[in-house]
Amino acid sequence: MSDAVTLDGLRAWVQGFAALAGEHKEQLTQLDAAIGDADHGINMGRGMVAAISALKEADTLDDPGEVLRLVGNRLVNVVGGAAGPIYGTAFRAMGSALGPRVTLADLALAVTAALEAIQRLGAAEPGDKTVVDAWAPAAAALRTAVSEAMPLHAALAMAEQGARDGMIATIPMRARKGRASYLGWRSEGHQDPGATSTHMIFATMAAAAA
Amino acid sequence: MKKLINDPADVVGEALLGIEAAHPELRVDHTNKVIYRGDAPVSGKVGLISGGGSGHEPLHGGFVGPGMLDAACAGEVFTSPVPDQMLAATKVVDGGAGVLHIVKNYTGDVMNFEMAAELAAAESGVDVVSVVTDDDVAVQDSLYTAGRRGVGVTVILEKIAGAAAEQGRSLTEVADVAKVVNANGRSMGMALTSCTVPAAGKPTFELGEGEMEIGIGIHGEPGRRRVPLAPAKEIAEMLVEPVLADLPFSSGDGVIAFVNGMGGTPLLELYLMYNEVARILAGHGVQVARSLVGSYITSLEMAGCSVTLVKATDDLVALWDAPVRTPAVRWGV
Repeated sequence: MSDAVTLDGLRAWVQGFAALAGEHKEQLTQLDAAIGDADHGINMGRGMVAAISALKEADTLDDPGEVLRLVGNRLVNVVGGAAGPIYGTAFRAMGSALGPRVTLADLALAVTAALEAIQRLGAAEPGDKTVVDAWAPAAAALRTAVSEAMPLHAALAMAEQGARDGMIATIPMRARKGRASYLGWRSEGHQDPGATSTHMIFATMAAAAA
Repeated sequence: MKKLINDPADVVGEALLGIEAAHPELRVDHTNKVIYRGDAPVSGKVGLISGGGSGHEPLHGGFVGPGMLDAACAGEVFTSPVPDQMLAATKVVDGGAGVLHIVKNYTGDVMNFEMAAELAAAESGVDVVSVVTDDDVAVQDSLYTAGRRGVGVTVILEKIAGAAAEQGRSLTEVADVAKVVNANGRSMGMALTSCTVPAAGKPTFELGEGEMEIGIGIHGEPGRRRVPLAPAKEIAEMLVEPVLADLPFSSGDGVIAFVNGMGGTPLLELYLMYNEVARILAGHGVQVARSLVGSYITSLEMAGCSVTLVKATDDLVALWDAPVRTPAVRWGV
């Protein structure tokens, strides 16, 4: 098991995320209906289909950074809502942080850069019941894995677990950002749709390295 | 779900084709999903663009034309449009006097419009000023929310700012008058039913026969509280009193009073509600300078209404009265 992140691995990850988002469109829609406006599933599905189609057309792209920036640009220009800017900016930031060779350490930096970009854009902190609640623990897990010199697949599994725990932790939270925040206490008891799609990003990242 | 649609995925595109066919005085860019006034750009005039998710019609596309918006960007249903749309619109409506972006205060709208304004500045050097509407009193504007939603005042602002631009006022002046409208406007809405997003296939939330939702927005999301159904008289109090208290409006103030239908409520009921609203305003000594009753900022087929009051100076009333010719609002021409 190589510990470099390969171009094929990155493409497999993006394809995997698109597939998972598509399969769970209904679930994301339901989560977003409870505390939002019921469009997260549809929007992510549409955005990822566009991202995959852009990747197919750019199949000679051999730079990991460019691949992720392309995905980010497509997401910004197809998803809409808040998810488009947030996920688009995240993928662009990851792409900008990566060169032609990607080690676990590079990936950890890229995922952290994405978190910083997401937070600059939306000003969300952990506890606000957003994407950040799943992304931050995943980024932290990757940094820990780097400092402990863990192999890639174990590191990504730990990141997935962090994202999963973060996603579940959003359930009791009262939303302080986004559309759910209009509901006040009524947002409590519902899992955040953005944290849910973020967990999918890290679940498919781990699956692509397995 | 029962809707007048074909494939749910094609709703916005097909509606735009219908708008284009029904309104030859407008021009529609189907690739970017932007509706333009037919004679854009108007040289020397500040260009006004807005946009948002589809499903709120006539907001914003129905307000495109002389005296109001120069362009409206249509997102997917209840989904903010993307930066490329606003970038295209900004460049097309630029008549050399700058462009005003009218943005409703939702996280997605604000982010996408900001990204577009940055791109416009970088790519074309067009002067862009943004004004954000945030008139909804149902949401506490605090560190713990995304801030007050932009709702009914958006309609009033687009008309008044549109008139100011048509008069040849500068970008700064048009933006200033827009900000005054927003600062002096407050709204509150309620729903008797939710609505169904075509691609979702079922209502966003369920309301029982004897229930209503107070403090709703325009995206089919639940409101602040669910209460037993009450007569129109009491509903009007639940909407008007918080609006009056929030600005606050005082005895002797003149207002533009707007009773808006959420899409699924008949005009018969909206006028009945207006009667209740007018009675409450009279009781508080608030004078109605101008009124607007109808479904202008909707949430698909949601049944319900919202009340918007804007404190009106003579200048604002004169701008309100100025000629306008759009699909949804037409007077003085």
